[in-house]
Amino acid sequence: MLLNYSHPLEISNLTTWLDTTLRSSMPEFWVLFIEFALVIVALLTAYAVIALILIYAERKITAFFQARYGPNRVGKWGLLQSLADMIKILLKEIVKITRSDRFLFFAAPFFMIVASMATFGAIPFGKGLLAVDFNIGVLYVTAVSSVGIIGVLLAGWSSNNKYSMIGAMRSGAQFVSYELSAGFALMTIVVLAGTMQFSELIEGQRYCWNIFNGHISSIIAFVIYLISGHAETNRGPFDLPEAESELTAGYHTEYSGLQFGFYYLAEYLNMFIIASIATTVFLGGFLPIQVQGWDAFNGIMDFIPSYVWFFAKTAVLIFLSLWVRWSFPRLRIDQLLNLEWKYLLPINLVNIVVMVILVLTGLTLKDLFGII
Amino acid sequence: MAEQIIFYVLAVIITVFSILAVTSKQIIRSATYLLFVLLGTAGLYLLLGFSYLFAVQIAVYAGGIMVIFIFAILLTNRPGENVKSELPIRRLVALVTSVAGLAFCGHIIYWNVKKVIQLPLMEELTPQKLGHIMMGTDKYQYLLPFEMISILLLACIVGAIMVARRR
Repeated sequence: MLLNYSHPLEISNLTTWLDTTLRSSMPEFWVLFIEFALVIVALLTAYAVIALILIYAERKITAFFQARYGPNRVGKWGLLQSLADMIKILLKEIVKITRSDRFLFFAAPFFMIVASMATFGAIPFGKGLLAVDFNIGVLYVTAVSSVGIIGVLLAGWSSNNKYSMIGAMRSGAQFVSYELSAGFALMTIVVLAGTMQFSELIEGQRYCWNIFNGHISSIIAFVIYLISGHAETNRGPFDLPEAESELTAGYHTEYSGLQFGFYYLAEYLNMFIIASIATTVFLGGFLPIQVQGWDAFNGIMDFIPSYVWFFAKTAVLIFLSLWVRWSFPRLRIDQLLNLEWKYLLPINLVNIVVMVILVLTGLTLKDLFGII
Repeated sequence: MAEQIIFYVLAVIITVFSILAVTSKQIIRSATYLLFVLLGTAGLYLLLGFSYLFAVQIAVYAGGIMVIFIFAILLTNRPGENVKSELPIRRLVALVTSVAGLAFCGHIIYWNVKKVIQLPLMEELTPQKLGHIMMGTDKYQYLLPFEMISILLLACIVGAIMVARRR
């Protein structure tokens, strides 16, 4: 029993204990095998549970913005509503479309969900709760999340429906454009932190989060990342692919049952992923709020487990995303692409140069105030 | 052992989907099969421990080039129609070309496999080290080729805009 009594609520205590127990009774291969299987099961469960919670939260918050009650019949305060919806969606028939490419039609949702799942796996949820820690973590996240768009394009094409097709093309154009901005915003912070590995990125932010460390440049990058991340998930004022009345529901019009569920799940989880990457890269990830020199304060803050910090920060960003969604009118497609190519991208490129100058001339907060 | 199993799984995926990509009658299906091949190759890089190359392979090929391919195919006339078979003489030419290519590549691989085995194990390639290699001007550093490629890409972009704007 290697319980660390200073952090009694951390899950890493449990995982360390599990690892030592398994290692004491089994050969290496089987220990790794069992641990990998457990990690997969835990991640899949977390994926589904977080989606359910997000759907409930979104409906309640949306209702709050529109001065309604939101779900309030199933369970206390409608708490079981999204669970009931999930059961309904699992039981629905999967409709087969005539004269469509059956193979591509069935394969398309998997691209979406696998891309989203692979990105989800790289998120550091808390101390020791990081499934993979590549030395190119940030690049991995941007790379893997870009595979999802193929699912959208194939879905649009294989539905044998011109409205789905137009929706998919719009979605593709939007995603490819905004992906660029999101990547550049993350690269600005990579310049600041000097690493792409998530664990090092977080460790470097102990006393000074990246958003404060690079002041002007970081805040610009943060805002750009939130905007472009929001646009990447096809939500909020950027939900053109499924918005206009003549397009019905865009690329997933023809999907039903669990296949539609995949798209729905991936959309919600992408919102969560964007928020959690922003948390990790800009807001110190799972680290508590700490001030250099205030040891008593730091001790108290440190007592709150790291995953609570992570989910709290992420929840704030998700709330921000919902707030934006219900506050701004929808953009037209030309305005959408203008915003990216004529404003965000040039600002972003200048911003990277500014950040390089800040780092090279020692004008970051860490250098100015001597924070570790 | 686990690495062996993963390697064989990836090898089967790559081989089967390569063949399917060539033999498929529908161009959009060919593109999808090619995507699986590229993803399998990315898996091989990951197996070798080159996580940077893995991420770049996925970002550039799967996320970039394949999306452009699919876009281009969707914009062509009737992408879902079956492609007609080629004339016998063209089939023969294709066969000869592919056999020649196979022989050429096989020759290179055969003569280089022995050298590769004797090479020392490489230490982990961090992004920092990679950056120095790409941006340095010393021996075994590649600033000039890197910049040449960027100029080439710029020329391609300008050319594409010229082609697209001409009405």
